[in-house]
Amino acid sequence: MIDRSEIENNVTPEQLAKRTLIPQEKKTKKRRSSVKGIIYTLLILTAVICFIPFLMMLVNATRSNDAILTGFTLIPGTALMENYRTMMEYVNIWNGFKNSLIISVLVTLLTGYFSALTAYGFAFYTFKGKNFLFVFMLVMMMVPGQLGLIGFYELCKNLGILDTFIPLIVPAVASPFVVFFLRQYIQTTLHPSLIEAARIDGASELRIFHTVAIPIMMPAVATMSIFTFIGSWNNYIMPLVILFSPEKYTLPVLMGFLKGSQVAQNLGSMYLGIAISVVPIMIAFLFLSKYIVNSISAGAVKE
Amino acid sequence: MKNLNRYGYAFIAPFWIIFLIFNIYPVALTFYYSFTNYSGSGTAEVVGFANYQRLIADSYFVEAFFNTWKIWGVNFALQIVIALILAMIFSDARVKMKGLSFFRSIFYLPNLITVSSVALLFGILLDWQHGSLNMVLMNIGVISEPINWLNQPTTAQLSVSLILTWMWFGHSFIVVMAGVSGISTDFYEAALIDGANRWQTFTKITLPLLKPILLYIMITSLIGGLQLFDLPMLLTDGIGSPDGSLNTMVLYLYNQAFKYNNYGYAAAVAYGLFIITVIFSAIVFKSMYGNERKQARRV
Repeated sequence: MIDRSEIENNVTPEQLAKRTLIPQEKKTKKRRSSVKGIIYTLLILTAVICFIPFLMMLVNATRSNDAILTGFTLIPGTALMENYRTMMEYVNIWNGFKNSLIISVLVTLLTGYFSALTAYGFAFYTFKGKNFLFVFMLVMMMVPGQLGLIGFYELCKNLGILDTFIPLIVPAVASPFVVFFLRQYIQTTLHPSLIEAARIDGASELRIFHTVAIPIMMPAVATMSIFTFIGSWNNYIMPLVILFSPEKYTLPVLMGFLKGSQVAQNLGSMYLGIAISVVPIMIAFLFLSKYIVNSISAGAVKE
Repeated sequence: MKNLNRYGYAFIAPFWIIFLIFNIYPVALTFYYSFTNYSGSGTAEVVGFANYQRLIADSYFVEAFFNTWKIWGVNFALQIVIALILAMIFSDARVKMKGLSFFRSIFYLPNLITVSSVALLFGILLDWQHGSLNMVLMNIGVISEPINWLNQPTTAQLSVSLILTWMWFGHSFIVVMAGVSGISTDFYEAALIDGANRWQTFTKITLPLLKPILLYIMITSLIGGLQLFDLPMLLTDGIGSPDGSLNTMVLYLYNQAFKYNNYGYAAAVAYGLFIITVIFSAIVFKSMYGNERKQARRV
């Protein structure tokens, strides 16, 4: 028997297990470590499966087309520069990189700032129709992006902004999910008395937002910004529909273009093109992985 | 105080102006087009429900519907099972596993990569004659003849499902783990005292308490899965080869609109897809929570 006070003293299940299983402890310990070994092997195998396509990509990016056609090895080749030259002859991948970066950075900034502004407006002012507007926004949040695709294309055509970055950037001002997330966040973290104090000090409403609300919201804005950036960076269907000129293509669209171009004749160059689009994200992930993982966990549990 | 609240409108105004122009108006315009025969130029003639009648009878759309479900279903089943097994391993207090954050990051990595890059990468890795996968498999002697992965309907669909699993199981694992760590250890201690084994603890405590999290994964995955586009678009020829097996609903929508200029019909496809998404989200929601409500009423 285990007496109650022990449980209340935060005894871990592990310790409890030890106590209850004392007679077989030696046996189970031995068995346990071999089971552990098997599990680790399987985990590492899974990790290798996760990583091997990237490894194949990196190795093949350094090999010539002929070498790739004859067989696969994990030994890097020497054709890296040659592959690079072949690729750049047809497709300027750095241009796609630049375009993706411009769009994603601006989208992230616009989403962060205007979502914070809207969330603040919803959270700290009372006005007619507020609840209706908020609920309406939540309903629209459920609507998948593809629903309005054709109308969006027509709208851009009539506004004369097809084949520009405007339709890819400006709509970021209205991001219902981010507004929703930030409103929930600021309602629990910013006390109205703080705003009152700032008002008494004579600060204007916009100034209060900039100097009081924004700093408090920053952690939540940063979390959302990561996902906004990734989402915008990976967006494929919108730029595919909106952009026509190859020099304006974003990286994902350029990948599709790569497939249909002369580069596809040279597999080494293809792999290199893909690698260039992938490696920067992997490096960024190396530094941000902990933060990203925590953000995903937080986002899921809160809902 | 009264005049201060006018600022509320000012603060939310930029959002609503952009939202009305770039979100609500396009959705409404698409709805209007779904009742017309608009072809991208000239005038749109209202044709009533003709597009929707065509949609229900359209074997390509029905095929796209089932393809999307097959591809998503296989991927989801695999992904959730792997995620649960991993969560079970890492949450077990008796077998303390190390390296959670390392494995979590590695497993999540494929999810971060641009889907079009993933599609292109697997497109050449899975190539019949020159793809590295066939070469490796033949080298280790798993297969003797190269498999034409992307040229047979079954293997093509399976390939897409497996690529999706590869991309998403890490994400599901992180979310499941977040849910598991939210479960109070009291439950596990109680189960231990009652002599529950690992399987009983998992099915009687972990799974029921994870229900909201599993529902979250399922609905977000379903909504994403029904919009499957990038992979089938870039993996083969962009119209769903081989034999229409990679023809998904959004791919069909895209091709109808921007390849064949059937804007009116494509708009109806968009709304068909929307209705399907709503119905199935509701079914998932109800099947997970409906029973509970019935039981509650009985009590």
